[in-house]
Amino acid sequence: MQATTHMKRRSDGRISIKSGNEVQLIMQLTILILTVLTVLAFLFFDYTGLDIQRAIKETAYNLRVMFLEPALSHFGWGEAFHQVGITLGLAFLSTILGAVLSFFLALSAATNLTNEWITKIVRIFLAFIRAVPTVLWVLIFAIAAGLGSEAAVLGMLFHSIAYLVKAFSEAFEEVDKGIIEALRATGAGWWHIVVHAILPSTFTYLMSWTFLRFEINFAVAVAMGAAAGAGGIGFELFMASSFYFDLREVGMITYMILVLAIILEVISTLLKNRYFPASIKN
Amino acid sequence: MNENRMRYKKNQQMIVVVLLLALVTYLSSVLTDFNILHGLATLPEAFIWIFSNLVVTEESLERMPTILDKLVETILMSIAATTTATILSLFLGVMGSKSVGTSKLLGILARFIASLSRNIPVVAWALILLLSFGQNSLTGYLALFVGSVGFLTRAFIEVIDESSQSAVEALQATGATYIQIIMKAVIPECLPQMISWILFMIETNIRNATLVGILTGTGIGYTFDLYYKTLNYHGVALVTVSIVVAVILIELLSNHVRKVIL
Repeated sequence: MQATTHMKRRSDGRISIKSGNEVQLIMQLTILILTVLTVLAFLFFDYTGLDIQRAIKETAYNLRVMFLEPALSHFGWGEAFHQVGITLGLAFLSTILGAVLSFFLALSAATNLTNEWITKIVRIFLAFIRAVPTVLWVLIFAIAAGLGSEAAVLGMLFHSIAYLVKAFSEAFEEVDKGIIEALRATGAGWWHIVVHAILPSTFTYLMSWTFLRFEINFAVAVAMGAAAGAGGIGFELFMASSFYFDLREVGMITYMILVLAIILEVISTLLKNRYFPASIKN
Repeated sequence: MNENRMRYKKNQQMIVVVLLLALVTYLSSVLTDFNILHGLATLPEAFIWIFSNLVVTEESLERMPTILDKLVETILMSIAATTTATILSLFLGVMGSKSVGTSKLLGILARFIASLSRNIPVVAWALILLLSFGQNSLTGYLALFVGSVGFLTRAFIEVIDESSQSAVEALQATGATYIQIIMKAVIPECLPQMISWILFMIETNIRNATLVGILTGTGIGYTFDLYYKTLNYHGVALVTVSIVVAVILIELLSNHVRKVIL
């Protein structure tokens, strides 16, 4: 939008008619590169054992069985709810622990509360954490200490922290400078400022971000159950599809996950509309 | 007096929230058999283990060509899934947006498709597709594709709804057709934001591709799983390092593009 309406002037004051060009060029280049890479990808794919026609037909059939004839066969409803509870529990634990740790880390990552280079160190550290996929964290913890649910929670905790620290520290940075200065003038210490200025004015905001992360963590917890054997409904999903080949059960489990995910999404959309300005998404 | 009572009420609310959270935390830890003290106590041990065992050795470096090969496959898979999903999401996004959508019914349909494909976890898609497509790159690609459509459609709907209406109105006044309005006003206006979302999706997909790979036996995830299960921890370390480097490089690149276009 800005590229078309903003006028850039050259040093002699004339309007530069080439102002939009760099932006245009980069955008076109990005699209071109992505297109080329996509074509290359399809050429280089490994198509072993693939029979497209049969595969499509089979998928259609599988999907029909899954979604139209769902049923539980290897465990009952009580067990199913227990497993869903475990998944929710894993998600909740990693979110709440993540939120508490992130709060303290975010205090040290907010530019208005600490000095520049503590901020930088924290940010580089977080970038590294984010770069390792969650499932690898979980698997690495699983071998490092053989922890069971502890491995899952610790692994998920890492990404939750990376996500929440960014959100929290941005919230802290938006706190009115005047309030902090006023408190400082009365001789308040750093902790006073945090407890009486930062925390009250950002509390609801922090809660909403934490809930958004809970929504994400639920999906992650399902995935961790499936890939890392961390238990919960995701593990049942993995067993049903890879060991029993029981499509009806896969369908039922998928429905359960879907219903919960949609409930969580609706709540977080409501929270977003209530507490967040239109400019902040995701 | 009044002020004190208000403060008292606010404090009370805060206490209720904190107590509630504590209760749910307790219940969750009972349910999942999670012991926070035990977890924290083993953390240092775990890190010591990681630093002493997960090291890249010369012997594991010999496997670099295989790993790089798989890494490239994974990256290409993520990019292809994202770009092809973009095409579909563009249609769904236009259909689903409140400002330029044609009919309410189509809008609801588009949102429904997006919600469905986003909320069924990528894992479920991967496992379903694995049954019929078998163990090849296409399975991973399709699993990522479905998830991307859900996410990108939601993002595009928001971008289109937020972009200013003035250009659309101006074109309408000149008697432009619907297609012309979309091509000449809506898409150019939303393009920078859309590209930013596409780049974000590629980053996400590379991380997801590892997970999908572990489940479907494709790409870098499969390589990781292979080393992991054969207890070849030097191999595990090397795969992890190469994923980290790839993700960080792509993040830096897309941040640069974002800085220029937004």
